[in-house]
Amino acid sequence: MLTLSGIHTFYGPIEALRGVDIQVARGEIVTLIGANGAGKSTLLMTICGRPRATRGQILFDGEDITRDETFLIVRRGIAQAPEGRRIFARLTVFENLQIGATVGQPQHFDEDIEKVFILFPILRQRRNQRGGTLSGGEQQMLSIGRALMSRPRLLLLDEPSLGLAPIVAKQIFAAIAEINRTQGLTVLLVEQNAFHALRLAHRGYVLQTGRIVLSGTGAELLANPEVRSAYLEGGVHA
Amino acid sequence: MTEAAVPTRIASAMKEAGLAAFVALVLAMPMVGLYTVDEGGVLVVRTRFDWVLIGVLVVFAGRLAMAYWPATLRIPARRDAAHVAADGHFNILKFLGIAAISLAVLLPVLPVTDRYVIDVATTVLIYVMLGWGLNIVVGLAGLLDLGYVAFYAVGAYSFALLARNFGLNFWECLPLAGALAALCGILLGFPVLRLRGDYLAIVTLGFGEMIRIVLINWQSFTGGPNGLTSIPRPSFFGLPFTRNPEEGETAFHQFFGLEFAPYHRLAFLYYLILALALVTNAFTMRIRRLPIGRAWEALREDEIACRALGINPTNTKLTAFAIGAMFGGFAGSFFAARQGFISPESFTFIESAMILAVVVLGGMGSQIGVVLAATLLVVLPELGREFAEFRMVLFGAAMIAIMIWRPHGLLARRDPSIVLPPARRGAA
Ligand SMILES: Nc1ncnc2c1ncn2[C@@H]1O[C@H](COP(=O)(O)OP(=O)(O)OP(=O)(O)O)[C@@H](O)[C@H]1O
Ligand SMILES: [Mg+2]
Repeated sequence: MLTLSGIHTFYGPIEALRGVDIQVARGEIVTLIGANGAGKSTLLMTICGRPRATRGQILFDGEDITRDETFLIVRRGIAQAPEGRRIFARLTVFENLQIGATVGQPQHFDEDIEKVFILFPILRQRRNQRGGTLSGGEQQMLSIGRALMSRPRLLLLDEPSLGLAPIVAKQIFAAIAEINRTQGLTVLLVEQNAFHALRLAHRGYVLQTGRIVLSGTGAELLANPEVRSAYLEGGVHA
Repeated sequence: MTEAAVPTRIASAMKEAGLAAFVALVLAMPMVGLYTVDEGGVLVVRTRFDWVLIGVLVVFAGRLAMAYWPATLRIPARRDAAHVAADGHFNILKFLGIAAISLAVLLPVLPVTDRYVIDVATTVLIYVMLGWGLNIVVGLAGLLDLGYVAFYAVGAYSFALLARNFGLNFWECLPLAGALAALCGILLGFPVLRLRGDYLAIVTLGFGEMIRIVLINWQSFTGGPNGLTSIPRPSFFGLPFTRNPEEGETAFHQFFGLEFAPYHRLAFLYYLILALALVTNAFTMRIRRLPIGRAWEALREDEIACRALGINPTNTKLTAFAIGAMFGGFAGSFFAARQGFISPESFTFIESAMILAVVVLGGMGSQIGVVLAATLLVVLPELGREFAEFRMVLFGAAMIAIMIWRPHGLLARRDPSIVLPPARRGAA
């Protein structure tokens, strides 16, 4: 479904991605793990055309989207819950979800918002509350829900568990697994919480300073000694 | 602890007051301290430093009083409350709106209303309309525009030129003037698409000046600094407001069997701008609920998130500029029709600043706030007329008062475009 080949992305002179190749097949959950500054967020943003890849090619459903405008890429069916959530702070929860549906068909709106409310019941209670006054976890749910409102075929999630209590993080992971299972949604997930992410994912990649250094199924990577020592130290195996 | 805290508070208050007094001294020395008188055809500079002293003392005392103003008397600027459920506050605003509209509709027939009142009210409504138009650009889309007067000017000149050269009437010119202004809005929008905040403000400021300078220099077309005169007055569905209509025409007063009165024309103009303003308001309220209106507000909050959600920022910004400009153009047409005479002098930067002040003081994005601010900014200097030369002092004092007590604007609250009924209990 999504194929990145030889992607290079620069921020001025800084080369954040140095020839990345990854593939995501339809219906898969693929996770991308890596240290801070490895280029994970850059990779997700590059898929959306901001920043643009200077070299390499991005194919989505066999079509080259490398040079497309961001909003056109999104209209093809890729949605992102970006790093830092980026909730519209002064707008209410409901309005945030409405804006998420910009790309979608108006006749699907009621059905889609109902799905989001079933997935994250707290959002239904908070629907008249301003986005900026939600708790961090609620904002994350809103960010994911907002992305889902466009009926994407590929969902990009950037660190959905960041700053959340373990129980809330678990809830979010469960929600991701559920949408994948019930709606067949393809997910590319960036995570620091490697243990949970790898358990959830069908496959995974490890990104190190702009290069893919390892890949495999979730279970393989979980068992890999390098991965264990670099990303799973400190008894997170609960 | 408290013993140490008290002297520091006095000291810091004194320091603040001293600083304010110093600034006042520097400013007042040339502006108040020196004045000129005409002595037998010669201008002579005189001094009045006693006035400066009084002014400086007032500033010092005022600043000191501010520091000791009891905290309980401060009116907290009401910012966005977390929940926006349909509480009482909403109903108050709604009531205020209905009351304001009723008053506006009845104003011309109230016994206290004379020509002067109608004239001032018409000016207020022009600023309300301009404020609502600019509110789309600044308040909703978050694009700081310091050259809004350009669209006002384009609308006014479009009407004047179309009416004079092609004999079109007001209603025929109105859509054309709006379209031309919108076109100018798009023209301005293109080069500034990537700009935000300060940079955008500077470029739009330049655009406003450019239009004015073109109007001054394009003598053959715009009449240059002399402006355009004898602009046709709008008629009441073909009935002119003249005492002696031309052959074959029926005047307004004849048709309705009334005594001729210049007041009819003024009242008609007043209702005209009231209708235009109400249309602007209805349009804005409606468009806020549509995808394009929501996209404006989303763009104001976070442009990157907007792109990531599939919003086309180029089109979104251009429509905001175009629609805002269109309403400016409508107001401009009305202005030209009302005055019967226009010149570049009516479209200086001060005018842009005034319109922006209406929006900012109103509280960025608040429709009723714009009405309050426009009323305040137009009526206050009028009331001040009795104080002759102290008019501007009164005006300045009011502005300072607003800054102290309402730093986010008179009504700084974003009302959601939609409020849903509370969630049903037990709904999964
Ligand atoms: N806008 C930018 N301008 C310049 N450099 C940038 C910019 N954004 C990111 N970088 C640099 O690119 C590199 C990769 O950043 P990126 O945000 O992709 O890391 P990440 O893997 O998402 O890290 P984290 O886990 O901390 O979120 C970092 O060295 C960062 O400093
Ligand atoms: Mg990141």
